[in-house]
Amino acid sequence: MTTKVLAIDDSRTIRNLLRVSLEGAGFEFHSAEDGQEGVEVFPDVDPDVVITDINMPRMDGFGVIDTLRSGPNKTNVPILVLTTESSDDLKSRARSSGATGWIVKPFDDASLVSVLKRLTGHVG
Amino acid sequence: MSMNSIRDTFFEECEELLEALVEGLAQLEEAPDDTEVVNAVFRSVHSIKGGAGAFGLDRLVNFAHTFETVMDKVRDRELAVDEKLIGLFHRSGDMLSDLVASARDETELDDTNEASLFQELESYLGPGGEEEEFSFEAMTLDIDDPSPIAIDLPSENASSEHCFDIHFKPFKTLYENGHEPILIFDALAELGNLTSEVDLSGIPSFDEFDPSDSILSWKLRLTTSEPETTLHEVFEFVEGLCVLEISEGEAGTEKAGKPTVLEPVREAEEKAIGTASSGDGTASSTTEPNATPQSTASEKQEAGAPPVQPKENRGPKPTLRVDLDRVDRLINTVGELIINQAMISQRIEELDLPTVAHLTNELEAYKLLARDIQEGVMAIRAQPVKPLFQRMSRIVREASDATNKKAKLVTVGDSTEVDKTVIERLADPLTHMIRNAVDHGLEKSKDREAVGKDPTGTIRLSASHRSGSVFIEIADDGAGLDRERILAKAIEKDLVAADAELSEPEIDNLLFLPGFSTAGQVSNLSGRGVGMDVVKNAVQALGGRVSISSTPGKGTTFTIVLPLTLAVMDGFVISVSDQTMVIPIASILETIRPNARDVHIIGTDSEVVSVRGSYVPIVDVAESLGLTERQGSRGNGILLLVSTEGNGLTALRVTSIHDQRQVVIKSLESNYTAIRGVSAATILGDGKIALILDPEELIRLGHSGCADPLMPQNKMELRHG
Repeated sequence: MTTKVLAIDDSRTIRNLLRVSLEGAGFEFHSAEDGQEGVEVFPDVDPDVVITDINMPRMDGFGVIDTLRSGPNKTNVPILVLTTESSDDLKSRARSSGATGWIVKPFDDASLVSVLKRLTGHVG
Repeated sequence: MSMNSIRDTFFEECEELLEALVEGLAQLEEAPDDTEVVNAVFRSVHSIKGGAGAFGLDRLVNFAHTFETVMDKVRDRELAVDEKLIGLFHRSGDMLSDLVASARDETELDDTNEASLFQELESYLGPGGEEEEFSFEAMTLDIDDPSPIAIDLPSENASSEHCFDIHFKPFKTLYENGHEPILIFDALAELGNLTSEVDLSGIPSFDEFDPSDSILSWKLRLTTSEPETTLHEVFEFVEGLCVLEISEGEAGTEKAGKPTVLEPVREAEEKAIGTASSGDGTASSTTEPNATPQSTASEKQEAGAPPVQPKENRGPKPTLRVDLDRVDRLINTVGELIINQAMISQRIEELDLPTVAHLTNELEAYKLLARDIQEGVMAIRAQPVKPLFQRMSRIVREASDATNKKAKLVTVGDSTEVDKTVIERLADPLTHMIRNAVDHGLEKSKDREAVGKDPTGTIRLSASHRSGSVFIEIADDGAGLDRERILAKAIEKDLVAADAELSEPEIDNLLFLPGFSTAGQVSNLSGRGVGMDVVKNAVQALGGRVSISSTPGKGTTFTIVLPLTLAVMDGFVISVSDQTMVIPIASILETIRPNARDVHIIGTDSEVVSVRGSYVPIVDVAESLGLTERQGSRGNGILLLVSTEGNGLTALRVTSIHDQRQVVIKSLESNYTAIRGVSAATILGDGKIALILDPEELIRLGHSGCADPLMPQNKMELRHG
């Protein structure tokens, strides 16, 4: 069974880069343009792992984590935060809000894939 | 998708982000405290940085980072937005735009400006922020060469094998955050030889069982050549979400007790934690005999959960990106369809069938459908002028800085949609005209104050659709054209005879002569080798025209009139002498079949027609085009009343009007050569080629027969320009 990824990022460029990396590694790729769209399509996509940017219009990455972790349809699907900031403050904030892990942009293809494998058990 | 096309998308996205930035900054000026606006502006720069990082565009990343850091201070309310800061943001946005362009075109950018902007931005960051740690490694994306993921395999013969004992007890939050212990163990197993032992002692009796609790803990032993830090990396994400103790033991000694290989443990563990880690019921519950009522309830709740929110608040409208070539091919085909439809109509007419009402109706319906398709296709190519107009605010800023004037840009109607090609080809002429408006049109602040004007001059850029054309106006509220000086200059430059007597519009039009400059000295702005003649040529190449109106003391307005589409237009099919031609309907106000007594001859051969009490000059189209010799009596014919920008009302005389129809415009220049008075050609229903007339040019041709004040050698240029 293929592993489904839902990537939430307002940058088309980042979405494209993720698509190329992840489809290349055998993942089924879905994307959303902002947090609001992300949580809306989440039940339909029913992903095995979520990758989310932090800084987005309408709903930011923390909003996504909060909604997915504590909303009426709460889930413990792994959520990976993709961010340009690498401060410990941000990491601990992400962790305490329920993020499973984080990747610092610009992401390295191989390490992104290996992190996703570690979070989902995906075999490429 | 190749790396190149991702790169292209990145630059496309940058353009959009830069536009959003400009727009956001304009909003920020109005509402400096609006958090949403500040956030949006920040995001634009941030997204550019993010994408640029992915392509290793360090220079762009560095500048965006500094820019963003200052904006971040505004976000955090550490900095207040004032006029100075907005100005700096604008200039930084311009620099960002230059850096994007230089990265895209792979050209070198002069960095003196960049360095000073860096300094200015950093001055807002204070001593601590200046040297903020920021490392941004270029990513290594091996897309065209998909190599296997590098996994650090344990080397069997490594001399320095360590043995680590790990005590791992997850908290409840570890599962809630989406972690799976098995996967962590898998990652450890990749590092070396792993054995594990699960502690099941915490499992309570069934009555007390809470599936969302964390119950299990593990003792692991890993033999590996990797250092301890690598182990910590595996546990990086779960730090703080578990008890984790790592101690280094002796290599090679198996621990006493019940050493178990990973696989069996894994099975056992799966059974044990199956329920523990899936307390919300998302995992399959059928395999779990001890699924609690709680989890069943939550499953029901999930099944009966309200459907996804309706799509009313979905942000931007969904769009589809299509290759422009495909659209153009479609437009071409639709053009052929329209020609084909005209031919069918004509053939049926020629058959001279008895009137068949429904055939006529269906033919008419076909015509309407073809037209709808054509309009729909053209709409795909239409884009709002907003991005083009937004770019002009930068031109105004730069031009006012360079000339030490104060100027602001006001845009009106920027949602007006114009063909994409027109927008692209309008950028240069518009840039030049805006620059001119600041440089030549506006007065210095002092001079403005002296006459009681606002010291800040206004450039008004507006777009609108009027009678099938697009009007773009560039208006300044400056001093107006100095006609005396223009005339003097033209005489001095030998462009006009010294004794010439020109009307005001004629003087104004001198500006369009090649190589004309009104600036007392060539300023660094106008010394760019582009004159208004180039502007005029560019607009004419788009099938448009440009005109000037100016009021002393109030300002000058340039009006560009462009056709809505470059592909199809509505026209009258007319006869001129014995030729079939087409004239654009948009230019015709009304048609008149004059009575002989309404036509008067003035002087030797000028004619006028009296229309509701006023006299309108007549231009004979056949004569203008040289199809017939000038005759005393020209017969009656039909007069088409045309209003032009420079010449007011004129009546064009043609022999007869046959039909009104949509014609597909075929460029004459690309197929034959440019002919004055003719803007293009088309193919009619009978398959014959007909020329499409340019009324404005025809009128000029017609008037050129009158006493001409200009020197002969310049006639051509002036008429043309």
